[in-house]
Amino acid sequence: MSEPEKPTSLEDLNRRLKDVRSKHAPDEPEKDGAGSSGGLGLGFRVAIDLVAGVAVGVFVGWLLDRWLGTTPWLMVLFFFLGAGAGFTNVLRAERASRNPPE
Amino acid sequence: MASPLEQFEIKPIIPIEIGGVDVSFTNSSLWMTIAVVVAGGTLAIAAGRGAMVPGRLQTVAELFYEFIAGLIKETIGAQGRKYFPIIFTVFAFVLTGNLLGMIPYSFTFTSHIIVTFAMAIVIFIAVTVLGFVKHGMHFFTFFVPPGTPLVMYPLMIPIEILSYLSRPISLAVRLFANMMAGHILLKVIAGFVAAMGVFGILPLALVVALTGLELIIAFLQAYVFTILTCLYINDALHLH
Repeated sequence: MSEPEKPTSLEDLNRRLKDVRSKHAPDEPEKDGAGSSGGLGLGFRVAIDLVAGVAVGVFVGWLLDRWLGTTPWLMVLFFFLGAGAGFTNVLRAERASRNPPE
Repeated sequence: MASPLEQFEIKPIIPIEIGGVDVSFTNSSLWMTIAVVVAGGTLAIAAGRGAMVPGRLQTVAELFYEFIAGLIKETIGAQGRKYFPIIFTVFAFVLTGNLLGMIPYSFTFTSHIIVTFAMAIVIFIAVTVLGFVKHGMHFFTFFVPPGTPLVMYPLMIPIEILSYLSRPISLAVRLFANMMAGHILLKVIAGFVAAMGVFGILPLALVVALTGLELIIAFLQAYVFTILTCLYINDALHLH
């Protein structure tokens, strides 16, 4: 926001706009907070995302193992991939809640 | 003292069996039907008048309409208007289910993972089909995060696919776990009221506070379920 030679009326308008925006700003984090219901909600969400990733990984690995007869190697591999997916979920959700989609 | 888990018991009301499959009309089905009737009926009555100056009920209906419409505009954008009916239906059904569950002696069908999972898997499959319809085979690029070096493809693609597959699970578990945990907690604390005699006033106060909290959670989880549905539709439409 560089205003080297803008008329004062615009500057004034800018300032007033900023005022109004800052007045509305508290709305946004609150809305985000509502999505996660504070610390407990956030913890719940992270835990579920993590576990869901691992669970799906193990399940897919188990299915592939049964199909290909490679018990238990693919399950082990997919356990780690699933953990990776779980962390990806958490990271992505966290990033999305920090700067909400435009 | 009754078990705090008794409230989740499924009891058949009208036993029906077709080809060896138990399709009885249970208390769960009953409350789902009630939820549909209550949600549909309330909105029909509220919208039926269509008054210029809305009454109380119509104001509530308009509030919900604008809430969901705003949510869609925020998460999906103008393209999301088409999906308003399904998103609003999901929201109304889950919210009504959660709120009906707060009535004593009622049954909370959203506290059963099979119910939430059925909804989640339908949404998941629908969103996947939508992605393929909109983008064809191009939809597979969704599993390659932008800016991934070629060396990382063998690692990132399975992770992305697993992450995608874990969506219905986290969607279903989130709603189910919140509803179940809350209702168990209420029952456990309420059990102390009788057990502690005069001092039961303390857990009673806690139950009152928790009931308020549960009402918030009922709204919140319906909102979370809806917003995640919106985000998934957005992903399918826009890929990244």
